[in-house]
Amino acid sequence: MSTKIITPVDEFADFLPQEYKELVARGPYRERRSVEDLGTFKEIIEEHPHCAGCGVSLGIRLLAAALPSPEDTLIVGTPGCSFFGLVQAALNYSNTAFGNQNAVATGLKRMLQIRFPHVHKDVVVVAGDGGIADIGLDLTLHSWFRREKITTIMLDNEVYANTGGQESGMSRQGQVLNMAPQGKRFSKIPVFEMAKVSGCVYGARVTVASPRKVGRAVRNAILVAREFGPTYVQIFTPCPTNMKFPPNQTLKVAKEAEKDHYTYEEFMSAEVAAYLARL
Amino acid sequence: MARQQREVDPEYLFFEAPREQVFITGSEAVAEAVKRGNVDMAVAYPITPQSESMHLIGDLYAQGYLKDYYRGENEFAVMAAVHGASLGGGRVFTATCGPGTLRAMEMFPVWAGSRQPIVCAFMCRGVSLPPSIQPENIEMAMLLDTGMMMFHAEDAQDFFDMILRAYAIAEQPDVHLPAGVFVDGFFVTHTRSAVMLPPEDIKLPAYDPRRAPVPTFDMETPPMRIIRDPLLNKSNFISYLANASWHQEIIAAAERARKYIRRYMGGLLEVEDPFAKIFLAASGTAVSQSREAIRVLKDEGIQVGLIKIKSIRPFPAEEIAAATAHAELIVVPEFNMGGWLAREIKASVDNNRRVVGGPRVFGGMTMPAELIVNEVKNALRDRFGAERTNS
Repeated sequence: MSTKIITPVDEFADFLPQEYKELVARGPYRERRSVEDLGTFKEIIEEHPHCAGCGVSLGIRLLAAALPSPEDTLIVGTPGCSFFGLVQAALNYSNTAFGNQNAVATGLKRMLQIRFPHVHKDVVVVAGDGGIADIGLDLTLHSWFRREKITTIMLDNEVYANTGGQESGMSRQGQVLNMAPQGKRFSKIPVFEMAKVSGCVYGARVTVASPRKVGRAVRNAILVAREFGPTYVQIFTPCPTNMKFPPNQTLKVAKEAEKDHYTYEEFMSAEVAAYLARL
Repeated sequence: MARQQREVDPEYLFFEAPREQVFITGSEAVAEAVKRGNVDMAVAYPITPQSESMHLIGDLYAQGYLKDYYRGENEFAVMAAVHGASLGGGRVFTATCGPGTLRAMEMFPVWAGSRQPIVCAFMCRGVSLPPSIQPENIEMAMLLDTGMMMFHAEDAQDFFDMILRAYAIAEQPDVHLPAGVFVDGFFVTHTRSAVMLPPEDIKLPAYDPRRAPVPTFDMETPPMRIIRDPLLNKSNFISYLANASWHQEIIAAAERARKYIRRYMGGLLEVEDPFAKIFLAASGTAVSQSREAIRVLKDEGIQVGLIKIKSIRPFPAEEIAAATAHAELIVVPEFNMGGWLAREIKASVDNNRRVVGGPRVFGGMTMPAELIVNEVKNALRDRFGAERTNS
């Protein structure tokens, strides 16, 4: 979109809410902002009803700041915790049925390519581990097999948080959770590894304890998806409410995971590496 | 040919353009409609007896009539993909049937809730009770309250006309709802009949997203921040009220569609022999079988009228009540076990003991005219005594 679309005419400007005016004047639409700039500009997501210490809300804040073109970004999600912050974002966000996100994103991206053949409309899936790895896994994988030019971002809190702490396919083995009364009996679904062999041309595994890495991964993933095909970013976003740790320990939990099962990893094809090197 | 097509007024395409007769299957009629529908994108997934129509639409894509087309991974994903494409501001088409309809079920209320004018064809067949690929329309009963409009075609001509007209109705700014166009599978999809087609060098005007009553999902429509406080999961009256109001608006939009259904389809129903005391009321293929039964009964001296119901949602309850105000008997033959149409009619008329739900065939059984004739005669004998059957 052109910023002209959201800029009010003079006669109308006084009647708009202060926060809308700030968004137009100091939002990320006119010049590119990044995770490093947080605190210096009007963010597209500010208020949210997530729990104190929520890793998902932090993940959303970081990825929102990292979008290369928020003025032309459309996010498709699922019902669940990620919905709460994203629905208040100052960009188009849609979630409908649980697990349909990568198919919705496919149709949306293709239609926007028809309607705006000369503009990069970035279609980004942002959803939790349940939506991407369990109920929506077939649709996730098929969008990668088809080489759709969309970015998929998993906010992995390793649990169904919004419904009250049930085991998900991304929960860790042995974890005692609702619906896993004797502990989870199998390991995390290797979605990151599946992305490598299913058509993703770029992938990164990060945690919210490393904001710059999150920002770089999200930006790379979206820019690469425009040109080459599907990309995947998996962000560890710990959940204090369901994992029963104090809300001021979220970053510590994420930091410890970086030394354990959530080591930083990035993959890309040779042509993507050459492309990113040129940027 | 695709590039030489010109957009024309829908009413010209529907009513004024010269038509030529062709001898085609119902599946081919679907493709002929999509060819003239100025459809941007279609998504396909195979299921019998729907598949052939979507093969043919794939051919249309290859010829340049559509701008995008692909085979999805399952019906839920297909209905999600056309939802996404429609959110993006273009005209879409897809088709399914039977178990595919049920697999995709979650998406139909989403289409209505998102106010999207998606047109989907349903080539109705059995679902798994027990498994059957054969014609029956029980799936329509399961879709009655999804919020989408439902039109039931009798034959290939209806199928062609209703698909095109469904776009014209669904895309009205004061309607903007999804529409399902239904036929009974195999009977219509896999048989040839005479169909009158307008020229193939004309098509509907393009879908205009600026006329939509809800913002298009393209980051070109302010305000950028749509919601400040999400209503979902909130337990307070304002949230309930907002949700309920949206529901009511969807119902109201379907009500507002009635005037366009009258304009473009010539009414929600058709009545033949309006002064008859006995009526057969039916939709889909059961209408054709009813016509044959009426001929047989006429030969035996029994005068029977016909009510062909074209629009199932919105349902022509008032029209049916008016058309049957003087009737003594209303027999409702159906191609399904549940008898959903008889239930709808019983809920629409006074003194609904006049309504006989039957005959019903399913599992792929055909409906010989004699079955309907016997239903009428048995009802007359039960209710009025033997002498009426020969009156």
